[in-house]
Amino acid sequence: MDNKIDRRQFLKLTGLGGVVFASGLSGWANAAKKSAQDEFYFVQLSDTHWGFNGPKVNPDAANTLKKAVAAVNALEQAPDFVVFTGDLTHTTDDPKLRRARMAEFRDIVSALKIKEVRFMPGEHDAALDHGEAYQEFFGKLNYTFDHKGVHFIVLDNVSDPGASLGEAQLAWLKQDLKQMRRDAPIVVLTHRPLFDLYPQWDWATRDGAAAIALLMPYKNVTVFYGHIHQEHHHQTGHIAHHAAQSLIFPLPMAGSVPKRAPVPWNPDQPYKGIGFRSVEADVKRVDYKIAELPVPKG
Amino acid sequence: MRHVILRWPRNVAVLACVLAITATQALAADEPVIRITAKKFEYSLRTLTVKKGVPVVLEVTALDRVHGFNLPDFGVRTDVVPGRVTRIRFTPDKTGKFVYFCDVFCGDGHEEMSGALTVKD
Repeated sequence: MDNKIDRRQFLKLTGLGGVVFASGLSGWANAAKKSAQDEFYFVQLSDTHWGFNGPKVNPDAANTLKKAVAAVNALEQAPDFVVFTGDLTHTTDDPKLRRARMAEFRDIVSALKIKEVRFMPGEHDAALDHGEAYQEFFGKLNYTFDHKGVHFIVLDNVSDPGASLGEAQLAWLKQDLKQMRRDAPIVVLTHRPLFDLYPQWDWATRDGAAAIALLMPYKNVTVFYGHIHQEHHHQTGHIAHHAAQSLIFPLPMAGSVPKRAPVPWNPDQPYKGIGFRSVEADVKRVDYKIAELPVPKG
Repeated sequence: MRHVILRWPRNVAVLACVLAITATQALAADEPVIRITAKKFEYSLRTLTVKKGVPVVLEVTALDRVHGFNLPDFGVRTDVVPGRVTRIRFTPDKTGKFVYFCDVFCGDGHEEMSGALTVKD
């Protein structure tokens, strides 16, 4: 498959438009001719909260995930893979209902044309049973995979209800990183921010600083995560952290309002603040081009 | 909504730093205490008002399951466990309104489990 993408053409062909954010060590070289082995793109979907019911913040909750799947399928150029960065389902105390929601979610996303789909849990999926149900449906809570020279590390900062990675996982991360060159391209996928984005709203990982300290010696690390239901970009030293929009409702900017509560649905601007993103990787340049894409209203 | 304003003895020493302690540490005889219970998805006290520079002692316990008590602006956090009183002592060193919240995920409504601490001069 030729994964070369002209970004402008890509957005035009999909008819979605969107915001493009450049991340990485170098600028976007749109016109450069590159090998398909040196570049690829993936799609990040996050915080779908399947099972959520709140008409004031999303009266179309029963269809939002399905529309997102259709939008991904409609992309002119198929992504190499799709990642869901947690909170696949909305939490419930009922283990039976939790599993029913996970089964429904799995059925809906099975309609994705691209079959390489990576999952990770959010606290809504995994915190009440330490990831037991999640693992039945989606497999391991933390793992690695490699794609075209990029090493992806999936971290679980949610199956501990106190939002810690834990000593065992940190030891696992340390061991995994030992095999990597210091200049290897590394992408971390996780649910919660690893840095203290806004601890007053619990937008943090209790021992996230320990993970960042382990990653810091590596020159080319980028983190993609969810949890905060909005696009957000932050640097901890040379490490870039990119939060994705939600596919159920947006949350306000950190500290912009007294309480962290969903932004109400605006009938005049349905689906505002709800969306997903594409991430185009230029492996040689260690450059990630992010495009924020909306969910079609129809 | 319950609201508590504490009145403190004048001879209480002002501590320069924030300190959180557990139930194993004893209280001074005349040390006033704020007692808070936690249950899904609320604290018994949703607002507290205290004075800057005056030590505060909170005694927190859970009624149903493990919760958290996190007051990040003062570096205070603890697990709150049923059947055990967790004692937290700290000295507010700045005025304003500060959030405290449960940081142990406890279910649908967890995100609502919070309160506001007001620190006055």
